[in-house]
Amino acid sequence: MSNIELNETILHDPALKERTDFAAIASWIKPGSKVLDLGCGDGVLLRYLKQSLSVRGYGVEIDDANILACIKNGVNVIQNDLETGLSGFESDTFDYVILSQTLQAMHHTESIVKEILRVGREGIVTFPNFGYWRARSRVLRGRMPVSKNLPYQWYDTPNVHLCTIEDFEAFCAEHGVRILERVVITADSVIKLLPNLLGSLAVYRFEKKK
Amino acid sequence: MDPNISNQLFDPTTDGRPPTADSVGIVTAQKAHFDTPLACSCGAVLDGYELVYETYGTLNAAKSNAVLVCHALSGTHHVAGYYADDPNNIGWWDNLVGPGKPLDTNRFFVVGVNNLGGCHGSTGPSSINPKTGNPYGADFPVVTVEDWVASQARLADHLGIDCFAASIGGSLGAMQALQWTISYPDRMRHTLVIAAAPKLSAQNIAFSEVARQAIMTDPEFHGGNYYAHGVIPKNGLRVARMVGHITYLSDDVMMEKFGRARRSGTYNFHFDAEFEIESYLRYQGDKFASRFDANTYLLMTKALDYFDPAHDYNGDLTAALKCAHAGFFVASFTSDWRFPPARSREIVKALLDNELDVSYAEINAQHGHDAFLLDDPHYHALLRAYFENIKL
Repeated sequence: MSNIELNETILHDPALKERTDFAAIASWIKPGSKVLDLGCGDGVLLRYLKQSLSVRGYGVEIDDANILACIKNGVNVIQNDLETGLSGFESDTFDYVILSQTLQAMHHTESIVKEILRVGREGIVTFPNFGYWRARSRVLRGRMPVSKNLPYQWYDTPNVHLCTIEDFEAFCAEHGVRILERVVITADSVIKLLPNLLGSLAVYRFEKKK
Repeated sequence: MDPNISNQLFDPTTDGRPPTADSVGIVTAQKAHFDTPLACSCGAVLDGYELVYETYGTLNAAKSNAVLVCHALSGTHHVAGYYADDPNNIGWWDNLVGPGKPLDTNRFFVVGVNNLGGCHGSTGPSSINPKTGNPYGADFPVVTVEDWVASQARLADHLGIDCFAASIGGSLGAMQALQWTISYPDRMRHTLVIAAAPKLSAQNIAFSEVARQAIMTDPEFHGGNYYAHGVIPKNGLRVARMVGHITYLSDDVMMEKFGRARRSGTYNFHFDAEFEIESYLRYQGDKFASRFDANTYLLMTKALDYFDPAHDYNGDLTAALKCAHAGFFVASFTSDWRFPPARSREIVKALLDNELDVSYAEINAQHGHDAFLLDDPHYHALLRAYFENIKL
């Protein structure tokens, strides 16, 4: 496993400015590859990958407004509830299956990771690191953390499975998932020192353990 | 005719539904005659035939902006606008097609065509068979979706359209839109498949059969040659439509619209229309039976039953769609129990397997199968967005 430098051009692309994890994802994707973006939102990442890297791909979304936004953005989108799995997709048909900032909101965490590795050769997952020192200090002060990456109150959050970087890596070890690359980000900077403490967002590329 | 009366007749405002600025306005149906014989799937050959059609908007110089609208079971070529002499007769998909509407006639040249076997001007069972001098009646070939698409391709030739920007249809219309991408993959750039199924289920065919039995067991049917007897199997057609109508609506919407409401406050212990739903079905049945040909209804239901592009590929829809390379928009409606979302997902799966461009929307709508004809804001926003992204 290695930490990588983020591609500066991609990192500062205005099309991706709202989401620093997109830059990390985009810098890993090989041009011309086939991508499935689970919980693709308005399709901005897919549009970027399509235009900049000639990627072929599909998004999966559940929300009506996002389906419309994807169609306006000219990207393929399939309306489907990820909790029901990916039965509409054949095994080993994608180079990458992306799950960006959605893992923590999934009820069936184990099954979606399994589905990602069934459908894709590699999976890319991003999530807010609950071990980030600001989150820890909020909890130490007796309150649930609210931040850019965790923008919800405890009572209205869609997040049901928050985890830390160490939690996720332990999960991977226990579930036959081999981590290929990891980038930890805070604001626009790549964090190399004490990532589980200083990183607010984790980005992983992984495959099935052979 | 008194010019004042004529003005009144031609003024569409008299029906209480004034033409809106986004109506295509007064339209005129046109007819194309074809002399090249059409070999139908059933083996029969139609030596010559006519197709009645309407167009809206202007075909651009590059002829790259044509959109074909395919009609469903009881639809016609009259997709949008209204007739000068019949302003109440507004096209069946007028809420979709017009200037500034989701299928924008300022941008697209839209073609609506009445299918072969129809009863609104295209050659069908009630047309005169030139070989006998009598209506075709039961002798009209049992046409299929493939035959319709083949005849529509000839209409495209007639209009000088090499390649459509898109085809769109709902239900049986969607099946034609889909078949286009298989029969003429190089002549269709995009296809919008709404409220469809890749083939009928046993239950679907069962409903078709009940409708056909209602017609064919009507004493006035005369083996399909009722024209010669000067009668029509009106009762049979009426029941057929009533059965069909039930399948177009959801249980919820029917309950909401009619509930158990009765026309009078008490139970009357007789068999006249008592519940509002009975009255509604009878009204729909009567209205339909007075304007539709029973033989056409038989043909349309049979075309539905036979449609199965995967049939020649051992049931493998993915293999059937291998030759397609259009971009697809597929939509289903949550309360549609005639062709439920799972049926549309079968189509989507086959398109994904072929790595085709496809988007799929499952629209939350309570109106059942009929929802494809309604102007639900989200549904129309999706169609608008998809059409806007089609390059001309």
